[in-house]
This record gives sequence, structure tokens and C-alpha cells, in this order.
Amino acid sequence: MATKPALTPSSDATMSRRGFFTKLGILFNGLAASVLAVPIVGFLLSSITRGRANGYLSWVPLEKVSEFPEGETRLATFQNPYVMPTDGKTVDTACWVRRIAGEQFQVFAINCAHLGCPVRWFPQSGLFMCPCHGGAYYRDGSRASGPPERGLFEYPYKVENGMIMIQAGELPTPGAAMAELTREKPPCAS
Amino acid sequence: MRIMISKIGQWFDQRLQLAAPIREAAEHPIPRNTSSWWYVFGSAAMTVFILQIVTGILLALVYVPSGGEAWSSLQALNHDITLGWFIRAMHGWGSNFMVAIVLIHMVQVFLFGAYKFPRELTWIIGVFLLLMTLGMAFTGQVLRFDQDAYWGLGIGASIASRVPVLGPAIVKLMLGGPIIAGATLSRFFALHVFVIPGLLIGFVCLHVLMVLRLGINEWPMPGRIVKRATYISEYHELTKKDGAPFFSYGAWKDMFFAAFIIVAVAACALYFGPFGPTGRPDPTIIQTVPKPDYFFLWLYALLSLLPPSLETPALLIGPVLVILGLLFLPFLSGEGEKSWKRRPIAVLTVLLIAITLGSFTHLAGTTPWSPHMNAWSSDPVPDRYIHDSSALERQGALVFQVKQCRNCHSLGEKGGQRGPSLDSVAVRLAQDQLIRQVIQGGGNMPAYGKNLSPAETTALVAFLETLHPNGQAPARDASRDVALSDEKESALKP
Repeated sequence: MATKPALTPSSDATMSRRGFFTKLGILFNGLAASVLAVPIVGFLLSSITRGRANGYLSWVPLEKVSEFPEGETRLATFQNPYVMPTDGKTVDTACWVRRIAGEQFQVFAINCAHLGCPVRWFPQSGLFMCPCHGGAYYRDGSRASGPPERGLFEYPYKVENGMIMIQAGELPTPGAAMAELTREKPPCAS
Repeated sequence: MRIMISKIGQWFDQRLQLAAPIREAAEHPIPRNTSSWWYVFGSAAMTVFILQIVTGILLALVYVPSGGEAWSSLQALNHDITLGWFIRAMHGWGSNFMVAIVLIHMVQVFLFGAYKFPRELTWIIGVFLLLMTLGMAFTGQVLRFDQDAYWGLGIGASIASRVPVLGPAIVKLMLGGPIIAGATLSRFFALHVFVIPGLLIGFVCLHVLMVLRLGINEWPMPGRIVKRATYISEYHELTKKDGAPFFSYGAWKDMFFAAFIIVAVAACALYFGPFGPTGRPDPTIIQTVPKPDYFFLWLYALLSLLPPSLETPALLIGPVLVILGLLFLPFLSGEGEKSWKRRPIAVLTVLLIAITLGSFTHLAGTTPWSPHMNAWSSDPVPDRYIHDSSALERQGALVFQVKQCRNCHSLGEKGGQRGPSLDSVAVRLAQDQLIRQVIQGGGNMPAYGKNLSPAETTALVAFLETLHPNGQAPARDASRDVALSDEKESALKP
């Protein structure tokens, strides 16, 4: 009796057939996985890709020029241009506005250039001081002392119809696009 | 009744077939001398982890991971929901205990040489478990969405942004957008509740499985050397000759300690209460002094004390080196002596790291590097410094306060410690040097030239010149007297 040893592993012919289907199965799964990977990776990286080419930055109104006395530095707040429904109060951002004279301003980010803690302005000594690691800046935002390696970040500004507009939308960090927009200042008191 | 129970048991076991492997695991032989209180930290870490899962699920019944509502839902847990404060406190203290126990467990394993052959992979998985525990601690701190969480995220983003080239992309990936907002909280919630715990459960199972398969590390004896060729047979001989079943020869100590830890967490929760939340996560409130939770305080101190030029390399390369060092440790010393009595460098390394981390943590409690923001308006100049002083000197004391010098310099042990204490500054610096230092700054002091009128500077320096201990003369420039007397003489000459 010639019985077919179809299900024993010793049969070469059926092995290659089963082996072929196994390999085909793995290939199909690989294909499905790579097709699915495109939307998954795209979704995961969407917060990066959207921000490309300054996509997050836009001009937002700050306050009227008349709110800021000449020669003084005042706190102002604005709403971040990119808002999601679950953001709550986190989209409100503070910044320091220094009116040098007329329509000449400096708008500083609240975040210390060291690690981002909120700096406070002391008009009497003309210094910004950071509560975290002791960074200090002069009234023009240049570095005075402490661990920061550079001056305060500045928002680009323009004056339209008596309103100060600033270009904002990203958390100011040493590597952010905003840091490149603002020019580096020589480390000296003004 | 008994027969009934055993019949039901048999019915299940016939289908599950788990009784035999469980019995085998519970009764696997362990070397007798490993039934020690030193061997309880691994099971204690797992106990706290289970406690964290339970309390975490309970918190998730109420907590809302939304930028607008997380803070209020924590307030509701603290104040409105019966025993909500206790569950929050248990979870918070459980987290502190877990970090501490995992670290103690690691030190014990290191000092007992348990990472050596054949338990290298158990150690490596343990390193990942440590990293995940720290990851849980950080993400958990973010979920307590308050001011500390908000600015802590800012610090994390600032560190991440320093990575060359990829920095800005990493920041946006971490924050889920361009700023710290609702999307940031959502992704930290996903990490804290799904991703990291899932990985932790998987890795803990592997870790425990390997302890069961390879056997618990025997008590290290000085002179008993680990060799790849002979270790396994020696270990089996040891457990055969001088072994005992884990249950209950070793297990009762684990059980006692596990119960003790749970009671300790509950006691801390009951006595100290929940952590925060501190102020609302509103970035327009800038009167805040953000500080991390205790397990990251050492890092907070390190970031203040490193020279600025070293900071970025230390932040980016340091952690990589530490993690690689831990991962490669079992390959560098996979054989040899296990006992801490014959491994002085291992003991000294542990002591050095412990003292360093301890000192940094202690420093972060007092933050001598931060200006005291309110010192200028809240700490008065001590009476004795303006007693019998001239009008000019008193004016100088006023300038000293108003110009916020006090925020960085202490007088009578009150005020900032960023700069040196000025109680005896007149002994160190002569008049000219004082003027120069005030106007030009230097040595980490800002220059005040633009913010002081000549009259203010004169008054301030006159005050500073009075600051010297009784009986100790102020510093003076000797050449100045000579120069002045020469001037007088030449003036007298006709």
C-alpha cells in the first residue's frame, strides 16, 4: 500500500508547498503592517510636521501702545494662536514688554533662556531675575549673570493701528524656531 | 465540605493545569542563608507596584486628563469625594516609596554581586525597570497638572531642545504641539496609564521568571569566586546540600515586609496627606517657584551648579553614559568575587554616588543659588548695622534694600545666598574695589552702573564700608595714603 506521508515533515514536496504558504503569509502580514505604519507614523509625528516652515507662528495682538509708558517694562498677556478645545488656561501666555521710546519696543518671552522658568522684572535694580537657578538679565534682555548662556528670547513685534502685534505660537526654548528669529545680543548692560 | 472544595479545585486544574507549575515555583529550593531581610526589597518593589496599579485605577475613576479640567478634578478628589484625598495620598506616597525601594533593591543587588553570571540579563531588565519607574514618577508629576507640573514640562522641553538638529522636533513630539497645553497632558496621560505600565508589567514578569529559573543569588561568601564554567553546578549543589523550599522558608519575610511597606505607605498618606496640587496651571501667573518632586531634586541642583559651558554636554551625554554603564556592568565584571567585603571599589562607588545625590538633594532644599525674590522688601537691615551711622550711610542702607542687593546678598544671615554674605565685606574690599564691583559687576554679579546715580553709589559704598566686625579694621588701600600725603605735601610747598 502506497500511503502518502503528506503530514510528516520528511516529505520534501509538501514541505516546500507549506513552506511557501508560510512565507507568503509572513509577506502578506509584512505588507499589511507597512501599509498600516504610514498612517500610524503620520499621526504620531503630526505635531512635528504641522509646525514645519514656522507653521505654528503667527501674528497675535498684544495690547494698545498707550498701555505701556515710555522707559518702563510691563507684564502683558496674549492668547497662543494655536488653540485646542482641551487647553484650558494654558494657552494664555505672559510676556514682558519694554517700551524704549515711541514705537520702539522689546517684547521678551517670560521663559528664562536657561530652562524656561518664568523670569520676574525688578524695576528698581533694572534686572530680570529667575527663581529657579538664579539667572539674571539686564533691562534690554541681555544676560547679566547665572547659568543662562544667552539673553532673553524676544518676540518679533510690529505696531498696527496703535496695537502691538507679536509673532508668537511656540514655546520659546533654546532650540526653537523662535530662538533663531531673535538676534543674539552682546553681553553688556545698556 | 472539604471533598467538595477539592473536587472543584480538581475540575479547574484539569482545565487550567496550573497547580503543578505554581507549586514548583513556590517550592523551588533556595540556599538557606538567602532567607534574609536583605532579600525582601525585590518583592517589596513589586508589592508597591501592585498598590500603585490599584490606587491608580481608583484615581482614574475621577481624574480628567484635560488641560482645562485636570486641576479641578484633583481638587474634587481632595475635597469633595469621600476618601479621594486618601487615595491620592496613597498613590503619591506609593510613588515615592517605589522609587526609593527600587533604588535600595538595586544597591543590594550590586553589593551582593547578584548581577554576575548567569544573572546578567536579570540585571539589564532591572535597569530598564528602574528607568520605567523614574519615567512613571516624572509622568505622574505631570498628571498632577499644577504650576510645578507646567513649569517642570517647560524645563523638560528646554533640556530636550538642546539635542543637536533634532531638538525642536523632539520638543514638539514631547509636547504634542508647539506649546505646553491640553495635548501635552493627554500624551503624558497615555504614557503614564497605558504605555509605561504595560511595559512595566511585561518586564516585571520577565524579571521574576528569570529569578525563578536561575535561582535566587546565594549569600556572597568572601573567596567564593564566580566562574562561568563551574558556577551553575556549584549553585545546584548548594541548593541541594543546604537548600530549603522558598515557600515558606524564605517567603514569610517577604510577606512581613510587604505588609509593613503597605502600612508605611498608608501611614504616610494618612499623616502627611496628598501632594498638591499647587496653583492652577495658568502660565500668566508668574509668581511661582517651580520645584521638582524629591527624586529629581538632585538634577535641579546639578543644573544650577554646573558651569554654563558644561551644561548641555552634561545633560545630553551624561544620562547616556550612566545608562550604558549600568547596562554593560555585568559584562565588565560578570565573573569573580561577589562579596562586598572583597570589592572595595564597588562599595566606594555606591557611597560616592549616594553622598553626591544626597548632597545635591539637600542643596536643592535650600537653593542657595536662587535669589530670594522678596528679601529686599521683607528682610530689614539689622539694627546694629545702622546704629550710630551717619545720614549718608543710612541713605546707603536704603539704596542697598531698594536696589534689591539683598535678594542675592545676606546681612545678619537673612537674604539671598547667590552672592557672598556682606556682613564683613569691608574687610575684604577697599573703597575703590567696592565702587568698581558695584558699577561693573563681575564674578557672576550684574553691573549696576546704569541703575545707580553717582549719589546713590556714594551712599551705598559708604554703607558697605561700615560692614566689618567689631575690632577688625576695614580694608584700605595703603598706597592711597601715600599718594594723598604726597599730594598734601606738594600742595603745602610754595
